[in-house]
Amino acid sequence: MTAAQGRHLAILAAIWAALIFAPYWMPLFGGYTALGSRVLVLGLGAMAVNFLLGFTGVLSFGHAAWFGLGAYACGLALKFVASSTLLGLVAGTLVGGIAGAILGGLLIRRRGIYFAMVTIAFGQVFYYIAFQWSSLTGGDDGLRGFARQPLDFKLFKIDLLHNDVSFYYFVLVCFAAVAAIMAFILRSPFGHTMIAIRENERRARFLGIPIELHIWIAFTLSCFFMAFAGALYALINNFADPRMLHYTLSGDFVIMAVMGGMRTFWGPLLGAVIFVVLQDYISSVTVNWMSFIGILIVFIVLFFPRGVLGLLRQRRAA
Amino acid sequence: MSVLAVENLSKRFGSLVAVRDISLTVEDGELRAVIGPNGAGKTTFFNLVSGFLAPSTGSILFEGRDISRVPAHQRVGLGMARTFQITEIFPELTVFENIRIVTEVAAGYRLRPWLNRAEAADIRRRIEQTLALAGLSNKADRLVGELAHGDQRATEIMMALALKPRLLLLDEPTAGMGDQETYDITQLIRRLHKDNKLTIVLIEHDMRVVFHLADRITVLDQGGFLAEGTPQEIAANRAVQTAYLGQAA
Repeated sequence: MTAAQGRHLAILAAIWAALIFAPYWMPLFGGYTALGSRVLVLGLGAMAVNFLLGFTGVLSFGHAAWFGLGAYACGLALKFVASSTLLGLVAGTLVGGIAGAILGGLLIRRRGIYFAMVTIAFGQVFYYIAFQWSSLTGGDDGLRGFARQPLDFKLFKIDLLHNDVSFYYFVLVCFAAVAAIMAFILRSPFGHTMIAIRENERRARFLGIPIELHIWIAFTLSCFFMAFAGALYALINNFADPRMLHYTLSGDFVIMAVMGGMRTFWGPLLGAVIFVVLQDYISSVTVNWMSFIGILIVFIVLFFPRGVLGLLRQRRAA
Repeated sequence: MSVLAVENLSKRFGSLVAVRDISLTVEDGELRAVIGPNGAGKTTFFNLVSGFLAPSTGSILFEGRDISRVPAHQRVGLGMARTFQITEIFPELTVFENIRIVTEVAAGYRLRPWLNRAEAADIRRRIEQTLALAGLSNKADRLVGELAHGDQRATEIMMALALKPRLLLLDEPTAGMGDQETYDITQLIRRLHKDNKLTIVLIEHDMRVVFHLADRITVLDQGGFLAEGTPQEIAANRAVQTAYLGQAA
């Protein structure tokens, strides 16, 4: 094992240790377990955005659409179909992911700013549908009347609703599973073609890679990850509202990815930690918490364009 | 059967005719140089053959099959690979990773979510072979963007080669190089041509390289066909001299 591999493993172990023991060390710093769950879910969303942005080089500014669709589908499934947490997650992932796959097919010929604009437009369509269709979605008040259900394994039951810590671990297991799938794909030949497209689209095309097909697949995967994160998010507060579909949330995910470091796998999670923790602390002091995040993002983009994790990497390489 | 047969190929951009009625045939195992003064239409010609541009009229036959309307990435699949005048590589990846992408694509694994042990070992072996052939083995872990220009070029050529093409199109492989680098790349191309019996069409400005490598030379001028022949014939051709040096007084 080389020194670089050893260091890589040590960092991975540190990340997982921090996540696994979060319910125990977070209260020491004034945190609470539900905040940990929020970080994980939004971090997963940011990683899903970054799967496309950082590893395929495609910027979507409408990914909240798939996140919100996942959240609504999860809530509606729990409310009207059957009270099963797992069913809610599956329903949310499928609805958001399939919608993303279909609309993605219309998007992939656009590039750069045009792609970003069309993704915003699609996202806003879903926002207004959720906003207007009050009888189904609860409109501006949001979707209520569902709750996450205990996991029933026959031999034993895990209560997710009243026990924040066991819900945190449920979220962590979900997070770990999706992060593992992402990492697995990025290491595959298909993942290598994504990076090839990010690095040099023309070269990739003349290596015989059908760019549009590969971008569509990456986009679709990213939508499924995003919808899964959205479904989890609906379970955190047993609530879904139209703001989960809004482009400002899409922007938040992009900000998390950029702050943390788009070229890194874990950067977006770090970005989510910074974003959510700052939001939580500052919003208890002032309603203008966004201006502080704004100043921070300007500072990071100007001085550390590779994000916080990218900066740490560079330091080590130097 | 000829590897490449171009028949009456033309490309118009509005009123500008960039390539006018060009026909040529490249035989199996041949190394053909395409030369001509600036603006002769050489790169446009390449872009038509490789599928980067669609022809206005005329046809392109690759191994007897009309590929005039086949998209660029499928032409690669048929056995045609190219390099660019301005080096097109993946600068922020290592030499190894650059070659790996191509090797996996060439093996037909581009959509695979994983490789089994034997496949992964086979890919690794092929990458190492490719690196060794270009003398890049000791630079495998360097970022391509940090390499000297000559090594970047060599990487690009090896990426094209890793596609296992039956026709390799090289657009000014020695552009912007010093003497030593030009010599190294020329030797690399010569080895690929002689040892691997690879059919190559190259555009080149450096006449030393052209006359050293080419079996036959095609000369273009102002978008049209000017002359074709062996290096000796071209060197003695009055029309070519006029095109390059201007009208004699």
